[in-house]
Amino acid sequence: MSVQSETFKSLLKAAAEQVIASAPELTSLDQAIGDGDHGTNMKRGFEAVLGKLDAISAQPLDEAFKTIGKTLVMTVGGASGPLYGSFFLAAGEALSHDKHLPDDLADVFGSGVNAVSARGRSQAGEKTMLDVLVPVLETLKTGAGQPDLIARVRSTAAEAVERTAPMQATKGRASFLGARSVGHVDPGARSSCLLLHAVCSSLEARQ
Amino acid sequence: MTDTVGIVIVSHSLDIAKGTADMVRQMVGSEVKVAFCGGNPDGGLGTSVPLIIDAINDAWSSKGVAVLVDLGGAETNSEMAVEMLEPARRDLVVVCNAPIVEGAVMAATEAAGGSSLAQVKAVAEELSAD
Repeated sequence: MSVQSETFKSLLKAAAEQVIASAPELTSLDQAIGDGDHGTNMKRGFEAVLGKLDAISAQPLDEAFKTIGKTLVMTVGGASGPLYGSFFLAAGEALSHDKHLPDDLADVFGSGVNAVSARGRSQAGEKTMLDVLVPVLETLKTGAGQPDLIARVRSTAAEAVERTAPMQATKGRASFLGARSVGHVDPGARSSCLLLHAVCSSLEARQ
Repeated sequence: MTDTVGIVIVSHSLDIAKGTADMVRQMVGSEVKVAFCGGNPDGGLGTSVPLIIDAINDAWSSKGVAVLVDLGGAETNSEMAVEMLEPARRDLVVVCNAPIVEGAVMAATEAAGGSSLAQVKAVAEELSAD
């Protein structure tokens, strides 16, 4: 196994295990302002990804991203399936069009973020996962090549999640609650942060 | 026999999807193909892309298929399912912005008369007009 695919495998495993372990927390956040299934849905999706870990990491990176996306779409069972699925499908598509990691990380990540925005017909500021993904994309653009990029991504994601608490939701189930959605962290923003933090920790451990 | 637009009902609840399909069959008859699905891949509340794809293929008609959905996740998953269909079918499926029960009955009534996919969608979506 190449160094790159070995690194990818450990990143993916860490991210999936983090989501699975955090299912109760995500569900409890979703019980406050959603329909209470974000944790179980994400767990089901990432268990399916984990089940294919060897096969996925043996694929070229673009195909691996697309397989992750398709697996999430087919197994999650809530709107987060198509949203996270679209992220990975679009990132995989970017990788198959002459983009490479780590050099084009911001471009590849940006393709994923745009796909989430299009799929959910949503923008940052509406109390969704985009409120983490968009600031992290900015950090990836401005911090590219900096030695502390991983630490910056970590703190950007952590701060961005907290900023969703005072927001009033205008998209998704939480928007039905109107002003009552204020005061709770968005579950999708939290799961995005958990995934990013797991990747950051895994990268740091390999340095 | 002239083909009629097929109807797919996608709810978070299998009981709602089935009950809505029963209503459509009783009120409209059997000349329109009606398929339904509900529930996540574990059988709990939610929607499942593979089940939606199966339902669209079950209700397939050369005139196309109109999909009626309940809440946001059903809509997002249905849009994803449409994109994952084979290219020849993708452009002949529409997700309607309409209430699921009334929309399904109105869409099927319109379809039974041999209307086009665009007409069926328009009739269902009139229910959502202000």
